Amino acid sequence: MSSDNTFSLNLKIWRQKGANAEGKLVDYHVDHVSPDMSFLEMIDVLNEQLVRKGEDPIAFDHDCREGICGMCSMMIDGKAHGGYKNTTTCQVHMRLYKNGDTIVVEPFRASAFPIVKDLAVDRSAIDKVMIKGGYISANTGNAQDGNSILIPKPIADEAMDAAACIGCGACVASCPNGSGMLFMGAKISQLALLPQGQPEAPQRALNMVHEHDTLGFGNCTNHAECEATCPKGISIEHIARMNREYIKAAFTYHEKTRSE
Amino acid sequence: MAINLDAKSPAGDLKDKWSKHKFESKLVNPANKRKFTVIVVGTGLAGGSAAATLAELGYNVLSFCIQDSPRRAHSIAAQGGINAAKNYPNDGDSVKRLFYDTIKGGDYRAREANVYRLAEVSNNIIDQMVSQGVPFAREYGGYLDNRSFGGSQVSRTFYARGQTGQQLLLGAYSGMMKMVSKGKIKMYNRREMMDLVTINGKARGIIVRNLITGELEKYAADAVLLCTGGYGNVYFLSTNAMTSNASAAWRCHKRGAAFANPCFTQIHPTCIPVHGDYQSKLTLMSESLRNDGRVWVPKKENDPRKPADIPEEERDYYLERVYPSFGNLAPRDVSSRQAKYRYDEGKGVGPTKQAVYLDFADAIKRLGQDTISGRYGNLFEMYERITGDNPYKTPMMIYPAVHYTMGGLWVDYNLQSTVPGLHVLGEANFSDHGANRLGASALMQGLADGYFVAPNTVSHYLASTTLEKVTTDDPAFKDAEQAVMLQTSKLLGVKGKRTVDDFHKALGHIMWEKVGMARNEAGLKSAIEGIRKLREEFWQDVNVPGDAGHFNLELHKATRVADFLELGELMALDALERKESCGGHFREEYQTADGEAKRDDENFAHVAVWEYTGSNSSPIRHKEELKFEYLQLATRSYK
Ligand SMILES: Cc1cc2nc3c(=O)[nH]c(=O)nc-3n(C[C@H](O)[C@H](O)[C@H](O)COP(=O)(O)OP(=O)(O)OC[C@H]3O[C@@H](n4cnc5c(N)ncnc54)[C@H](O)[C@@H]3O)c2cc1C
Ligand code: SF4
Ligand code: FES
Repeated sequence: MSSDNTFSLNLKIWRQKGANAEGKLVDYHVDHVSPDMSFLEMIDVLNEQLVRKGEDPIAFDHDCREGICGMCSMMIDGKAHGGYKNTTTCQVHMRLYKNGDTIVVEPFRASAFPIVKDLAVDRSAIDKVMIKGGYISANTGNAQDGNSILIPKPIADEAMDAAACIGCGACVASCPNGSGMLFMGAKISQLALLPQGQPEAPQRALNMVHEHDTLGFGNCTNHAECEATCPKGISIEHIARMNREYIKAAFTYHEKTRSE
Repeated sequence: MAINLDAKSPAGDLKDKWSKHKFESKLVNPANKRKFTVIVVGTGLAGGSAAATLAELGYNVLSFCIQDSPRRAHSIAAQGGINAAKNYPNDGDSVKRLFYDTIKGGDYRAREANVYRLAEVSNNIIDQMVSQGVPFAREYGGYLDNRSFGGSQVSRTFYARGQTGQQLLLGAYSGMMKMVSKGKIKMYNRREMMDLVTINGKARGIIVRNLITGELEKYAADAVLLCTGGYGNVYFLSTNAMTSNASAAWRCHKRGAAFANPCFTQIHPTCIPVHGDYQSKLTLMSESLRNDGRVWVPKKENDPRKPADIPEEERDYYLERVYPSFGNLAPRDVSSRQAKYRYDEGKGVGPTKQAVYLDFADAIKRLGQDTISGRYGNLFEMYERITGDNPYKTPMMIYPAVHYTMGGLWVDYNLQSTVPGLHVLGEANFSDHGANRLGASALMQGLADGYFVAPNTVSHYLASTTLEKVTTDDPAFKDAEQAVMLQTSKLLGVKGKRTVDDFHKALGHIMWEKVGMARNEAGLKSAIEGIRKLREEFWQDVNVPGDAGHFNLELHKATRVADFLELGELMALDALERKESCGGHFREEYQTADGEAKRDDENFAHVAVWEYTGSNSSPIRHKEELKFEYLQLATRSYK
């Protein structure tokens, strides 16, 4: 369906062959952009053009294209996921742009996220933080009846707000310090809110924060850029709750149990 | 080659089969478990829960996924909820009713013993997920909340806003991370399985491509669990994630794993309609919306008016009209077909006419906007982001889209395929949903398989099988690797003119038109011919730029499309051979006077099980007869 409301765009896209290669912005031009296209579909169109010319298409990460898997990334005009409220890159639609616009597209940049190729980065540091305690140790088969743990609705709702994090790393990419406090805080906060999370709360906070710092994520100095760009609206209040958990744990938690 | 289709359903009363079977299964003693290595391919609900549980038991688990983290598997996108027979709302639910609804929903084409077990363990899943901190929706008293889904008259669906799949997957993922921290799971991200390695007839390893470096890697194990999801992307446009693929299952099929009911595809009634040929995927609007939304079209053909200008008496609320007892919650296959009939009658709406309305005006009037936004806020937002329309003000437009595949690799009661040691879990197997899956039952099945079934049955396999020591130095690994390398260089060597997506779209078009919501003999025959021709063209004219030695996304897509081009043909063939209508498989030649599916229990109450016989010979169709001992085969009615 090619309707007459299509338009043309100029793009400046970061191209970098591999982790250690030099990268640079390259100019492209795309015609027939439909307002109903998603941003990634617009890049698909460009990639089809490149492949037809025998050129290497632009590498970028994506999978669900529904704003839930956290796989897509990209800095669009200097903003993670384009900077639209509660929106991932795959959910940015071209009706937000107009004929003749120039859009600059770069990868997420943070010292904890090395570039893999072009717009794709390595975010395995997020898993590494989770490995240090982003869970409740409930082995399969141990569970009691689901309704034997009553959780007041407001608490359940707040835990859900925190649990909505998709692990995309936009918070890290938009933070001047490259801090991962928002996604980590969201997980620590979710589990701290729930009764099931209590037994491991102290070591969870201590171990995750320690790992975060070792992996090259920066510190939080309250810029709140993360909250502004987070596609899931995760609030920095979760960082505050994490800090309380951390302090509480640092005072009350003993090394002996910690090394267990 | 003779294939063994013994389903191994345990004898005895339905209620006792699973506990009896567990008791009779062999166990591996705790000290010996660490001597076994198990490969788990896929980290969705099935793979994630299986990997975590097997590792907890003490096995060494090697876990693989395509994405950059196990947390991003396609399961994450499930919106609506997960079923369980808890009967918390006290509305008459029970294990038996969930069993009955699932068999009936599947149009009597699933195995009773498996489905009963699924219903039986459904309650443990909810308990397990709660204990892991999954923030399910709660009522004010702090109790778990439930809602209704299609094909059932009880409220048995547990949910976490519109992100149930995400929350369950993050639960399973957290269990995996716990076992990674204990060194019992080794995680291999950004890897794609390219082949299965069998030695002495048993599954003993896999070949994967490291998607970043392009290198092929070999891994050996004592058993392989395939949890790689469904193959809906054969249709190009579907609600599946972009990397969802058939390749892992298809390569196993070529190594001897029989493929069951490939033509059973679910077309989901409530998706955002197609709006352009650049479109890369379709977005589902959760079925839960049909709890409060009413589906309608104008009574007049080609009605140009805006929905708000069409008075009540000129609207056809067709699901309520045709299915008074289930109304808007009629099951998916039936609802999709009714939408298609409206389109065929010229009553479709919107710019392409391939759409019907899903209207919340009544519900908003009755319950208030706050309640509706509490229930579906994020779905409404998503709809608006994609279409630019505000569903609080104007009805949503929806249309059916490919969503789920009930077919998959054949497995017995132990979830073992026809290749010993190869177990298949989740959407990748064919086991529990017959010819149509009910909403909120895929998440249930994935987690049932991974948490509760496979850990028992895989242990039994390991305890009862002689497994000689195998390493990746075995020639079988070299052979499999060579075959993959050969295919790769063939793909890169074509250097033709058409892009991979070009071919994928062409295949999708054939599949949607001829192996979609309505099928007939002539269409299926021409589909088979069309796919063969397209496959030939693919190998002569595809353009895959670059080489295999780097992060080459076009190459990754090309290998998947090469397999879709083979599987698509088998789907059409299976649909041609199944001369009846059942569930999602609707053959126009076999329908009742009022356009409902007409089953043929005398000739087709069986699973069609396909054996691969080589690239130049036809596959062989075997049958697993379905015996209904506990439920009477009945005409499926939702009227
Ligand atoms: C939009 C949407 C909404 C849905 N909503 C619901 C719902 O509300 N309720 C419900 O019950 N069901 C729902 N479903 C269905 C359900 O989500 C899926 O059937 C289910 O999640 C499949 O889980 P799985 O573990 O079998 O596979 P998946 O989650 O698809 O996981 C597949 C895994 O295998 C890996 N993989 C695949 N191929 C390879 C390969 N070749 N090599 C290596 N790794 C590979 C992937 O990386 C991934 O980790 C929904 C589906 C969709 C599309
Ligand atoms: S907190 Fe927000 S921005 Fe950060 S990873 Fe989670 S969803 Fe992404
Ligand atoms: S591709 Fe999944 S969130 Fe964007």
